[in-house]
Amino acid sequence: MSRHLYKYLREEVFPTPFCPGCGHGILLQAILRAIDELSTSGHLDFTKMVFVSGIGCGAWIPSPHFKADTLHTLHGRAIAYATGVCLTRPDLKVVVISGDGDLAAIGGNHLIHAARRNLPLVVICANNSIYGMTGGQVSPTTPEGCLTETTPFGNEERPFDLCRLVKSCEADYVSRWTVFHTKPLIKAIVKALTSKGFSFIDVISPCVTQFGRRNRLFSIYDYFQEIKKVVISYEKAKVMGKGDLKGKIIIGEYD
Amino acid sequence: MPERIEKALLSPQRYFLAGNIACAEGALAAGCRFYAGYPITPSSEIMEHMAKRLKEVGGFFIQMEDEIGSISACIGASWSGVKAMTATSGPGFSLMLEGIGYALMTETPIVIVNIQRQGPATGQATRPGQGDIMQARWGAHGDYRIIALSPWSVQEMYDLTILAFNLSERYRVPVILLGDEVIGHLKETLLVKPEVVIFDRNKEKGKPPFGGELIPPMPAFGEGEALLVTGSTHNEWGVRKVYHPEVQDRLNRRLCEKIDKNRGEIIRFETYFTEDCDICLIAFGITARSSYYAVDSLRKEGIKVGLFRPITIWPFPEEELKKIPARKILVCEMNCGQLINEVQRILPGKEILGLFKTKGEAIYPWEVMKKIEEIL
Repeated sequence: MSRHLYKYLREEVFPTPFCPGCGHGILLQAILRAIDELSTSGHLDFTKMVFVSGIGCGAWIPSPHFKADTLHTLHGRAIAYATGVCLTRPDLKVVVISGDGDLAAIGGNHLIHAARRNLPLVVICANNSIYGMTGGQVSPTTPEGCLTETTPFGNEERPFDLCRLVKSCEADYVSRWTVFHTKPLIKAIVKALTSKGFSFIDVISPCVTQFGRRNRLFSIYDYFQEIKKVVISYEKAKVMGKGDLKGKIIIGEYD
Repeated sequence: MPERIEKALLSPQRYFLAGNIACAEGALAAGCRFYAGYPITPSSEIMEHMAKRLKEVGGFFIQMEDEIGSISACIGASWSGVKAMTATSGPGFSLMLEGIGYALMTETPIVIVNIQRQGPATGQATRPGQGDIMQARWGAHGDYRIIALSPWSVQEMYDLTILAFNLSERYRVPVILLGDEVIGHLKETLLVKPEVVIFDRNKEKGKPPFGGELIPPMPAFGEGEALLVTGSTHNEWGVRKVYHPEVQDRLNRRLCEKIDKNRGEIIRFETYFTEDCDICLIAFGITARSSYYAVDSLRKEGIKVGLFRPITIWPFPEEELKKIPARKILVCEMNCGQLINEVQRILPGKEILGLFKTKGEAIYPWEVMKKIEEIL
């Protein structure tokens, strides 16, 4: 972590609770870099930001790390709490950071309704395709065939494509990146923070401990190699057939 | 003192209103400027009235996707420094309980109105009930104390809603207004006084918002306090301390103590002819209206009956009830017997009888009178 970002952090909470190889630390830094870029150019005031999160590893990114107003809420309800904050305090920038289980399973209803309302919220999904904190159960974004604690014979369900889901609700800004694409990810967060309506960023983040261990991705290096293989840009994906896109991760801005 | 006297929103005069409308007006008079809700019979009129009136007074209204979203949005709004309320009925109240638990743990002032109907489940959606008393007390998980108020008239729907906000702000606790369908839909005279006593939360900055004193101050978001708010076990600055037994113990004890130690100021009740009664009726809400009428009629016949009406169902006015000299106690309620358990606990050794009705209609005065004549 860059020294100049320490001012945004509560140093007393370190070391972070994230496992070795977890992508959430990179995402944490990417968010802070985006915030730093905007605050140094005077477009954003960190003291006028509220970070809302639900339950899980992803929810621990802002709470308690960020030295700002943070609301660590019930499982799945982060967006609903944020709705109350952003409606009553339009002067504050409200950012929801949570995991895929929190935002898309238990909180799926709040996600689509907030997108439909086009509330002035930034929602960042730390998507590791698994329930990390509760011990590695299947999540709504676990790819088909993957092994988890509750799918010991491989996941038989189709996963959610969260970006397409949110885009279908006509949200203002939707994009997907992985934590290995840090530069475009930071740019995307900057864009989300400066857009007026509902912004959603799906961030693919590796979970070596829970997802990797069960699916033959034993280190962050293995993870990186795997993601390199399956990732494809939104522009390229447009001209490809449905069959070719099976198992691919489409990154980029959704229009 | 953060207590202040404000001019009433409505012009001071007599109105002819339904209880639900009086409740909404009471909330506005108390300073409520945020409402998030989900439609449910028989409470929907509160939301419909708020949708219109909040616009007029510069507040915020949203119809959320469900009850869980509603209470969550209210808690978010409350931490943003705005007084917030939601209203529902039994099934919606069940959904809100996890959120009420969160509000208790994070000491967030909010008001939850529960216009009770007959259940369980969908039950009789348009009929009155009083079956959520224990749900209000023990519904959320964990160990806690809560405040629940029970209005018996349209006037009290207005007055107690204001009181609910004041208690909620003063003690930083969610307050439940336990009405019922009859009170919600009953139309009668409401007298609006020219002034309202309002309590605003203590916002003192730089002090720990979750401890240090019995009722710590509560700053809002965006005031530069870098607030850490979490439903997990936390220390006085809001820092998660989930592996510290003594932190959990201290926090949990304080959450209970702030209500226990202030019982004297919270508890409200009414008595009617209880000084010399042989039989004392215990009733609340619309049931107390029928009981009141029954006491009146029986007294004319020379039968010594009295009425004890708890206004704060929780905390229950225990000490005050113990002072009543009656030989027999008759608890009247629109359920199969919930409050009677509490009364039996408070008055061991006394003869305690119950008049329970779950037909989805109010207990009629003649039913109370008949029961009293039976047990005399």
